[in-house]
Amino acid sequence: MAAATDIALPLNDPLLARRRLILAGLAAALAAACIAACTIGALDIPVSHVIAALLARVGIVLPVDVAPFEDAALFSIRLPRVALGIGVGAALGVSGAALQALFRNPLADPGLIGVSGGAACGALGWIVLGTSLPAWAHFAFAMPLAAFATGLIATAGVYAIGRAQSRTDIATLLLAGLAINALTTAIVGYLTYLGTDAQLRALTFWLLGGLGGATWDQIWPVLLLIAASGAGFASLARGYDLLALGESAAGHLGLPVESVRRFTILLTALGVGASVALTGIIGFVGLAAPHLVRLMGGPTHRFVLPGSALMGALLVVLADLLARIAVSPAELPVGVVTSALGAPFFIWLLRRRLGEAMP
Amino acid sequence: MTAGLHARNVSVIAGGRSILKGVDVAMQPGKVTAIVGPNGAGKSTLLKVLSGDIVPQSGRVVMNGKPLTEWSAEDRALQRAVLPQTPELAFSFRTRDVVELGRHPHRGRATPEQDRHAIAGAMHATETATLAIRECKTLSGGEMHRTHYARVLAQIWSPLPEDRARILLLDEPTASLDLFHQHAILSKAREIAAEGAAVIAVLHDLNLAATYADELIVLAHGTIDAAGIPCEVLTSDRITRIWRVHCRVSCDADGHLQINTIRRAS
Repeated sequence: MAAATDIALPLNDPLLARRRLILAGLAAALAAACIAACTIGALDIPVSHVIAALLARVGIVLPVDVAPFEDAALFSIRLPRVALGIGVGAALGVSGAALQALFRNPLADPGLIGVSGGAACGALGWIVLGTSLPAWAHFAFAMPLAAFATGLIATAGVYAIGRAQSRTDIATLLLAGLAINALTTAIVGYLTYLGTDAQLRALTFWLLGGLGGATWDQIWPVLLLIAASGAGFASLARGYDLLALGESAAGHLGLPVESVRRFTILLTALGVGASVALTGIIGFVGLAAPHLVRLMGGPTHRFVLPGSALMGALLVVLADLLARIAVSPAELPVGVVTSALGAPFFIWLLRRRLGEAMP
Repeated sequence: MTAGLHARNVSVIAGGRSILKGVDVAMQPGKVTAIVGPNGAGKSTLLKVLSGDIVPQSGRVVMNGKPLTEWSAEDRALQRAVLPQTPELAFSFRTRDVVELGRHPHRGRATPEQDRHAIAGAMHATETATLAIRECKTLSGGEMHRTHYARVLAQIWSPLPEDRARILLLDEPTASLDLFHQHAILSKAREIAAEGAAVIAVLHDLNLAATYADELIVLAHGTIDAAGIPCEVLTSDRITRIWRVHCRVSCDADGHLQINTIRRAS
């Protein structure tokens, strides 16, 4: 019996050690990508200068001369951009993982199923209609919250459609996303039609998206909302493992399925809404990040959720770097880069899964 | 307080069709109760009513002396485990991780040692210990089913305190298994019943049901046609009337029942 116990449950599960290693590796890769993103650009700031300038802010002075214009570029342009990239990527990665757990379908993605499009309606609505609102409505959180509100409606809508069956199959999910995305495209089109010339400039800038141009004042409310949704998701990790057994079986194991469901829809809309509010729609990160993480270390959500956050952040920071240097000195919207790389990945996944289902 | 699982005057109507009509059943601790009947008789529906998945239009289910709906989800999970007819798994967990999910209700109550003991014991009893670190997508249908059986066993591995009985609900647990594992799984169910649990299984194979069940419930057209010990309930007349096959039934002195199906009745 002792031997059987050891076979089934070795005291030191090697997978746990491997998962810790993967998370540490992702964190290190993210740190390296951030430093690279701070260094490379229209103005090349040497790595030593970046590190020296960062350390100087926390009181450690290195014997490196950092020019004032380098310091200014770093703190008012590069760093906000990297911080936003980390936040948005983490939010998209975790939301993707949570949606996949909720729908019990690894092809769920905030962009594909219409959550991002829904959130975009709120953000655009605020750009176009917000100007006619009184001054008190223009607080720091107003635009992310508008995006959250419409994102919530879209997520709940997709869920209501997809839930017709006990397990949401790929076709139903993608068709529901198609319908929601068509609707949001119509709303975005109508809002564009309504906008004044001045609003249209803001709107175009936003629609092209990307991480550039945001100031710290705009970024911190978004990061705060993303952090709040991330903390909420962390508490649901075990529940997501149980949900893999189906809602009924999860309920038989004592999981309050209904509240996990509501909480997930709420947190997804919050995280995705906050990201979309500043950066527009960045597709496929929510699809790819959880996939890559599961491939490396298995599907347990206490690993997949933090892993997807790190992986999502890494993907967005790298994609943004690529967007800045690909057509330098001009730059591409980051969403163009993630879609260009993500769409083939999605097609590969779809072919593989449909292939599995066939005899 | 009466331990076990009791359904009183349960009726279910779905899609305008009456699926269960005033069913009364009592599943006692220490016994294996098999629900048998032809396709569409309402067996799975009855099991879903007993597990709380379906709320009946009338009647109620009482578990360990208290209506099912008055137990919290967590308390229910501590006393009762359910093996669905077609268990699902969305992502490819390792076999041992699936069994470990069965311990979820016990987190913060059981010691890590108790958890390990339950998981290892359940995997041993279902012969899944050797599959422990395999990913579930590489398992056969039968291996997968045994893994889920191990999960529900791990959930209710230890006897409950006081006068509560553990309850195990199995919906066609033998459907995808080879002969050896059909018998292994029902023997294990008997073993838990001998420790005081109430085991309820929907079964199609009447010989298996007669061999392992203390109590048979024959369900036909949403009502109970008969209930009692196998030798009394499974008469050749009843089998012909309800299952529409002719057969020869023999019941020996120690209550062992043997059914030989001959041909379908016209």
